[in-house]
Amino acid sequence: MGVIPETWNNVIALLLGVGFGFSLEASGFSSSRKIMGTFFAYDFVVLRVFFTAAITAMTGIFYFDYMGWMDMSMLYINPYYVMSAIVGGIIMGFGFALGGFCPGTSFTGVAIGKIDAMVFSGGLFIGVFIFSELYPLFQGLYNSQNMGNATIYEMLGMKSTVFGFLLIVAAVGMFYGAAFVEKKVKKVEY
Amino acid sequence: MAKNKRDGTFYINPYLGGVLLGLVLFSTYYITGRGLGASGAVKSSVVSAVHTVAPAHAEENKYYSKFLSDDASPMSNWLVFEVIGVIAGGFLSGTLYGRLKFKVEHSPKITSRTRLIAALAGGILFGIGSQFARGCTSGAALSGMAVHSASGIITMLAIFGSAYLFSWIFKRLWI
Repeated sequence: MGVIPETWNNVIALLLGVGFGFSLEASGFSSSRKIMGTFFAYDFVVLRVFFTAAITAMTGIFYFDYMGWMDMSMLYINPYYVMSAIVGGIIMGFGFALGGFCPGTSFTGVAIGKIDAMVFSGGLFIGVFIFSELYPLFQGLYNSQNMGNATIYEMLGMKSTVFGFLLIVAAVGMFYGAAFVEKKVKKVEY
Repeated sequence: MAKNKRDGTFYINPYLGGVLLGLVLFSTYYITGRGLGASGAVKSSVVSAVHTVAPAHAEENKYYSKFLSDDASPMSNWLVFEVIGVIAGGFLSGTLYGRLKFKVEHSPKITSRTRLIAALAGGILFGIGSQFARGCTSGAALSGMAVHSASGIITMLAIFGSAYLFSWIFKRLWI
């Protein structure tokens, strides 16, 4: 990253963001009721887009690494704090069920004029503020059980390529499963 | 494709959407060595807002102060620009497919007021949770999955597992 001047960095960030926002909105993620379809089995768009995106990016990374065009081991991996990750995920899931958005999708809702998305986004700022102000209370949990930049394949004791292959198989299996379930479930108008 | 694309009801094929999103995510890793993000931009904004209003308080607080050091600022700037791009990209797509409209989207079983209260509560919870997990659905779950991050995959399972459970409890809000 150091080679690129700061201004260009921001231009690149902006352009990648445009691509991100466009793919989310065009897929229907600016609508909370379309997103929530995954949980009630009337529209599995989230499952399809999310897993397709993950395996596409992963395959690209594998391919470029194999060709020697990029070094996979240099990519940033979020540090794994076991309890904090799980507790955070559960709180986010609770927020998801109430709000119908996640942060990225709510921003695309804001972009097209969804007032519920604007309120949700406002809530995000309040939530981060509350967490920061109450940080002394959460500090213990937040910093406990640090496993470093752990990868799932190391934890499972397999090669990254084997895990990648299993992930693709699981994703394709879910796509078929989703299509099957969707046919059986009563359509919801939204 | 015969359908009128501009009446707001047209969405691209979800697998095409996924491939597009995947290519954007891949490019981000290729160019920057990191993934995409969303909640990080909110965090940066809150940190700078508090630091502007109450500098001493922000420097004393152990959480804000983590993100106030000089070497931490370029990356947080990056995410803020990326999120401005997300809004622009969403607007572009919304314009293209005829979806620009001010409205509160909600189930016919609830009022707009109920929807907005639930949305606010949901946003607050998501904001809190994303700090515990060190990222949200974008930065932790999606980006993490592409590089097989243990943290990302565990966070993803926790988000979707808990969302599935709670969405049935709050079913009335949606269907």
